[in-house]
Amino acid sequence: MEEHLAELRAAGIQPLAISVDTPEESRDLSKKAGYTFPLLSDRNAETIRRYDLLHKGAGEHGRDIARPAEFLVDRNGIVRWRNLTGDFRIRARPEQMLDAARQLR
Amino acid sequence: MSRRINWPLWSGFALSIAAFFSYFSFFILFPITRDVPWATLILFAFAIVLLVIGLRKAVGRRIVAWIVTILGILVCVFFCFAIFLATKMLPASQGAPAIGAKAPGFVLLDTNRRPVALAQLLAEPSTKGVILIFYRGYW
Repeated sequence: MEEHLAELRAAGIQPLAISVDTPEESRDLSKKAGYTFPLLSDRNAETIRRYDLLHKGAGEHGRDIARPAEFLVDRNGIVRWRNLTGDFRIRARPEQMLDAARQLR
Repeated sequence: MSRRINWPLWSGFALSIAAFFSYFSFFILFPITRDVPWATLILFAFAIVLLVIGLRKAVGRRIVAWIVTILGILVCVFFCFAIFLATKMLPASQGAPAIGAKAPGFVLLDTNRRPVALAQLLAEPSTKGVILIFYRGYW
């Protein structure tokens, strides 16, 4: 993801990562992995629920977390591409996102 | 009779434990070793080879050698189960916004505890769109 960030930005797309982690936990992850895009904290999973992505009890200590998913949203707030993954480790390859992103005006 | 440490046995066991934790603390951070945990599986393979060598080498106290070997292999089996099987059980998410639907708005805190609003980002003139990446979290 990080390698394709420049291409995404060049296409005018802003990446936003969302999880139930606290801002502090996200900051640790961001530092360790060298991310430069925002990691947002949805502590009570309210936004995650609104996107119907809640994975109950699947986190550390039985925490409710998000199941992995990506949504490309255009200027009007409409979903133009999405990816609901079946495996927590295999998230969308940036190439798929970039193809969809380049089609946005 | 001198008591000699069965190095292959114990280093194999230690490597098995280390392989397990190395995935969740290190390899998981990089897609290339996260998606198919080949690096971790290679470490497990070395661990099991060491354990078997240690088991064959064991003179006396063979029960201990067997137990350690089986435990080391069980760590690998548990890892494989956790990674390949347990993660397939995901919720259906049928209510997730489909293509063409409106993405629900939100205001969430970033890593500096500053609020970030989806609507505000989308309204910026230089923004053609936003890619929302929901993830499990840092664990």
